[in-house]
Amino acid sequence: MMSSFISPRVAQVPPSGIRRFFDIAGTMKDAISLGVGEPDFITPYHIRNAAIDSLLDGETQYTPNRGLLALRQEIARYLEGNFGVSYDPEQEILVTVGASEAIDLALRVCTRPDDEVILPDPGYVSYAPCVTFAGGVPVPVPTLAKDDFRMTAESIEAAVTAKTRALILPYPNNPTGAVMTMDELLKIAQVAEKHDLLVISDEIYMELTYSDGEKICFASLPGMKERTVTINGFSKAFAMTGWRLGYACGPRDFLYEMNKIHQYAIMCASRQAQVGALQALRRGRENGYEDVAAMRQSYDRRRRVMLDAFQKMGLPCFEPKGAFYCFPSIEKTGLTSEEFCTRLLREKKVVCVPGDAFGKSGEGHIRCCYATDLNRMLEAFERMDAFIHSL
Amino acid sequence: MQSLNMQILEILNEDCRTPLERIAVMTGATLTDVAQAIDDMEKQHVILHYAPVINWDKTDRERVEAMIEVKVTPQRDMGFDALAGRIYRFDEVKSVYLMSGSYDLLVLVEARTLKELALFVSEKLSPLENVTGTATSFVLKRYKQDGIIFVGETTDKRLAVSP
Repeated sequence: MMSSFISPRVAQVPPSGIRRFFDIAGTMKDAISLGVGEPDFITPYHIRNAAIDSLLDGETQYTPNRGLLALRQEIARYLEGNFGVSYDPEQEILVTVGASEAIDLALRVCTRPDDEVILPDPGYVSYAPCVTFAGGVPVPVPTLAKDDFRMTAESIEAAVTAKTRALILPYPNNPTGAVMTMDELLKIAQVAEKHDLLVISDEIYMELTYSDGEKICFASLPGMKERTVTINGFSKAFAMTGWRLGYACGPRDFLYEMNKIHQYAIMCASRQAQVGALQALRRGRENGYEDVAAMRQSYDRRRRVMLDAFQKMGLPCFEPKGAFYCFPSIEKTGLTSEEFCTRLLREKKVVCVPGDAFGKSGEGHIRCCYATDLNRMLEAFERMDAFIHSL
Repeated sequence: MQSLNMQILEILNEDCRTPLERIAVMTGATLTDVAQAIDDMEKQHVILHYAPVINWDKTDRERVEAMIEVKVTPQRDMGFDALAGRIYRFDEVKSVYLMSGSYDLLVLVEARTLKELALFVSEKLSPLENVTGTATSFVLKRYKQDGIIFVGETTDKRLAVSP
């Protein structure tokens, strides 16, 4: 008899909880989805055009492993100009296939067998599985509505053990929309220093921050650059999800090792995606990132409309200050997140994502995305309101 | 941060039927402030009119449109304004612009039939004093107008659920 060729390390990780909803929703006509996790804008035309030109010019070859130097230089200028943190484009920046690859690489480089990695719960669905795949142990730290869903220095410190290796700090946060304050980040920096933790700061939603003064790159804090891998990308800020382009910045020796895995596993990110990203940053630098500002403005208006709708429905909802999600509590309905979302989908054809897909602490909440056409969104609210009243 | 007026204009420009209450929610301003700002902008003629963008091709209304390049002799002390005024008062005329370049006024005209439109040019526009020449081009197909694309369907290509 043939043995199973599947490693238990892979088999033990469940598939993403988000996908099961996708299967039901996919079969339904005229369902309205608040379950998406990407912009509803199409990539700005000048960016698409740059990639088309590149193809027409016959640019169909590999790029350097770390990405086009011109792109890395633009990334360095962007981070310096907007966040006051400077990285050497030659040795401290790596262009990756989406921010997701960067997260995976960072975890694979830092994690020794059974090392613990602290991450927020609820949080983005990939972190814990990537820790496991890297041979480590994910340590979810619950974040609470009463703390505005922020990770606190105290809760992190309470989770630290002798085996703790790294901290994943993803703000603005998917699914809660929480952002960090300078005060809290400074306290977390102290904890990282005290316990010698690597900080993997996932800043993919940073451009979608709606409050002043809370757009902070963690590596810009005193002493933090040496122990931080800054992860960002083009998907959310420039509406480029399908292009799969992100980047990691960090200490030279750490990036050297990340690049090693990247060069063996990936070789390089798609050239056309890199050309598009280069165009996005260049034009942005020239015109004050007007594409990003216009999209942020549009999300911000819809954010307020969604928040207002949940208030009117009587669902308590923390005011999200970043990303494009609201994370209301549905506890008062007496249903679990899963029951709520399944019934809402079957009975009213509205797709939301159950909060527990993002970790145990997400139970009692649902994630709703306001990167959704306003009129469709308003229709969804009417259906949700009717659903809640039918319970 | 944009001024409240500018935010309101953007919202109305996207959908002029947006209720005041929703504009207040979107901008974080009070209902009274929003109402006042719109009222002021109407009085100052910043906002002139609220109208839908219509694809007449999908209705049974017979309609032809033309863009007419008009060359004129400017008048002493009045420049082009007096003559433009004589032109824009015709009901057939939908828009009039003073242009840089090889002609002076661009006149957008709408009529029910080709013949009616031709008669407008030959009997009303061309005979005007100081009009020295016209070149008429008919609109064959409308692709985009006022930022709205008229052709094809836009569909949401996103997956219904994604992380």
